[in-house]
Amino acid sequence: MQMPVPDSKVLAQKSEILARLRTVLPDNAVISDPVETRAYECDALAAYRCPPMLVVLPSTTAEVADILKICSEFNVPVVPRGAGTSLSGGALPTADCVILGVARLNAVLETDYDNRFIRVQAGRTNLSVTGAVENNGFFYAPDPSSQLACAIAGNIAMNSGGAHCLKYGVTTNNLLGVTVVTMAGEIIEIGGAHLDAPGYDLLGLICGSEGQLGVVTEATLRILHKPEGARPVLIGYDSNEVAGACVSDIIRAGVLPVAIEFMDRPVIRAAENFTHAGYPDVEALLIIEVEGSDAEIDSQLARIIEIANRHNPVALRESASAAESANIWKGRKAAFGAMGQINDYICLDGTIPVSQLPFVLRRITEISTKYGLDVGNVFHAGDGNMHPLILYDANKPGDLEKCEDMGAEILKLCVEVGGCLTGEHGVGIEKRELMNAQFTPADLTAQMNIKDVFDPAWLLNPAKVFPLKASESRRQA
Amino acid sequence: MTPTSEKDLAELVAVAKNPLEIIGGGSRKGLGNAVSGDALHTSGLSGITLYDPGALTLVAQSGTPLAEIETALAAENQMLPFEPMSHAIVLGNDNTPTVGGMVATNASGPRRIKAGACRDSLIGVRYVDGHGQVIKNGGRVMKNVTGYDLVKLMAGAHGTLGVLTEVAFKLLPSPETQATLRFELPLKDGLQKLRDVMASPYDVSGVAYRDGVAFVRVEGFEDSVKYRAKKIGGDVITANIWPEIRDAINVKGDVIWRLSVKPSDAFAVASQLAEQGFETPLFDWSGGLIWVTSGDGSDAPRQTVNKFGGHATLIKGDGHPAFHPEPAILASIATGLRAKFDPRGIFNQGRMA
Repeated sequence: MQMPVPDSKVLAQKSEILARLRTVLPDNAVISDPVETRAYECDALAAYRCPPMLVVLPSTTAEVADILKICSEFNVPVVPRGAGTSLSGGALPTADCVILGVARLNAVLETDYDNRFIRVQAGRTNLSVTGAVENNGFFYAPDPSSQLACAIAGNIAMNSGGAHCLKYGVTTNNLLGVTVVTMAGEIIEIGGAHLDAPGYDLLGLICGSEGQLGVVTEATLRILHKPEGARPVLIGYDSNEVAGACVSDIIRAGVLPVAIEFMDRPVIRAAENFTHAGYPDVEALLIIEVEGSDAEIDSQLARIIEIANRHNPVALRESASAAESANIWKGRKAAFGAMGQINDYICLDGTIPVSQLPFVLRRITEISTKYGLDVGNVFHAGDGNMHPLILYDANKPGDLEKCEDMGAEILKLCVEVGGCLTGEHGVGIEKRELMNAQFTPADLTAQMNIKDVFDPAWLLNPAKVFPLKASESRRQA
Repeated sequence: MTPTSEKDLAELVAVAKNPLEIIGGGSRKGLGNAVSGDALHTSGLSGITLYDPGALTLVAQSGTPLAEIETALAAENQMLPFEPMSHAIVLGNDNTPTVGGMVATNASGPRRIKAGACRDSLIGVRYVDGHGQVIKNGGRVMKNVTGYDLVKLMAGAHGTLGVLTEVAFKLLPSPETQATLRFELPLKDGLQKLRDVMASPYDVSGVAYRDGVAFVRVEGFEDSVKYRAKKIGGDVITANIWPEIRDAINVKGDVIWRLSVKPSDAFAVASQLAEQGFETPLFDWSGGLIWVTSGDGSDAPRQTVNKFGGHATLIKGDGHPAFHPEPAILASIATGLRAKFDPRGIFNQGRMA
């Protein structure tokens, strides 16, 4: 993976930059010791590593503004970092950069049940947002698999989704407002507890901009009252295609579950060995969850099961208890980790029209045979967001490159059938060069023009999202 | 000018010498500040490009009449989730809304409090920028974080960043049935009732107040609707009042304001406006959306909102900017964006600013 050559002028000024940062931050908020900065050398795309020049850990919006003013003055690239759980390399440093970690910005600022929102500092973890309101019966809906660790700041940067976004939407649909600091150090308030702020939808623009337009320090988030109950059903089929057809039929029938998750045999076996969730050993497994009162759940599940039965399932089991439901989800949420126990893998994130599921699953099998690398499929089937896991051996020379080539072929297939490169993980560095497969040069220029407005010097997370060649003249200007 | 293809439209824009006013069906003409320019009609770009009921997605050309889309969706028991309002009644015309105009104004209705605004269901756009280039963003899938989200930026931009040529939506299955519950309550208690049901687990999809009555809507399968209606209480009414609330048909007058506030501020905002001779005939979104009429022609609604936080749009009437003024820094970003999208400033110049 190519990254820009570090700016020698910046590196030469390291001690001066460090001294200036120390004037605006407490001692323990600036890290320059190479042993300690190594902890920030990668995110969850761990195949790529590079220790940053410096790390800063601000605790207030004002400190973030001071940091960005200093970095602007010295022309230092800044890579914002939430919890470092990005699967696309969104927080990968360059050797000449300052990592701006938001982990210490973790306070709850305001909870308002009457108006159903919470305002938090953006370094707070996703699950702890729900933790702050669940005693009052509320929750924050977006639930990425990494929700125990991942930060709201990163969720906003990547517009993260999760298993339950079929009903509740992704981050951008649950975000009401942000405090964001521009590279020039200006503090901007966008949106708030009221709906549909006037002017252009800058909130929608910031969300998913991968930390390239500003550093989000505070967020106003929609909270919802928990449903009375929820219950999953497991449905097993002896072919991926039949499972895909079942998903499409359920959606067409007007039943909208909160989640429809899909796992194929390699993933089912790995997850079962890892968590003993009680999954049947089948070719394809669907986890379908519905919500409501007991009676409402009964009636929705009856409709779903009736549709499922038309496709001759080889296994079908409704959860009989809260403990069983938790176990079923534990297996699914641990699926990536379980696959990691078996092998190194890269996780793709393309989205396709749901109606193309059977075709795409068949093609993935063919591509897997062609490259000689195994694939496990685990994904959000209801919205077409696929997560093929391609297994490779990191110790085998050339295997990672082969794996990446195979990933690129699958992602191009997603685009060809009307889908996209990434549904919830973001472009980062991982899919940067593939952007040309989805967008024309004019499409990409329209997007890069926006960065020009917010960050004319291209200092914020500059080597991400856009093909390096496409952004080159802007980064070097 | 009425181009009949995206390509024609792009060529037309590339050589345009004069400012353009983009016109869809004309049903929302009058929203935003007045614009002068050559009329550019999108009615020649009409028709559903793709409808995939099994994937809950629809793509249509921007000049397609909304009614055509709603008919196609109804045949499959599906719908646009955000229940778009028609502005025709409030603005006093009988023109037909197009899907492009709906997107350009981010028009949403009562279900916005549950299903999000138009911008939340919009998943893809194609548009012609100020250079006459065709640009696409988003696509036709429900989950997509590939690159910046220009889709949301185009929703509600009132045609000032480009001419939409094609728009794509995620859809929802239409509910099997609905129930509307009625609570006769004074304003303060009625608005509190709306907030209380929004904070319940009963998944309500409409919460409005007018003429001394709080209305609550639940939608879904029949047994579920019955169950939730019983839990919420109130008197069940059979009439479907939601199209009336959606289109604000009881909001009449030469001056009409639309306020967006934090729901719990609604009573105080309404009370202060009443003292100044304004009326508040309709509250939607559990009080977060307030329709204001009458008054003395001043911008008191805007001044009042400023005390609480939120924004006030002048939907009908003159003498004040249509949109709530933005803080200087946001206005300067908006100017910067406009200069990139439309460097010659030819699209609906001045409509928003």
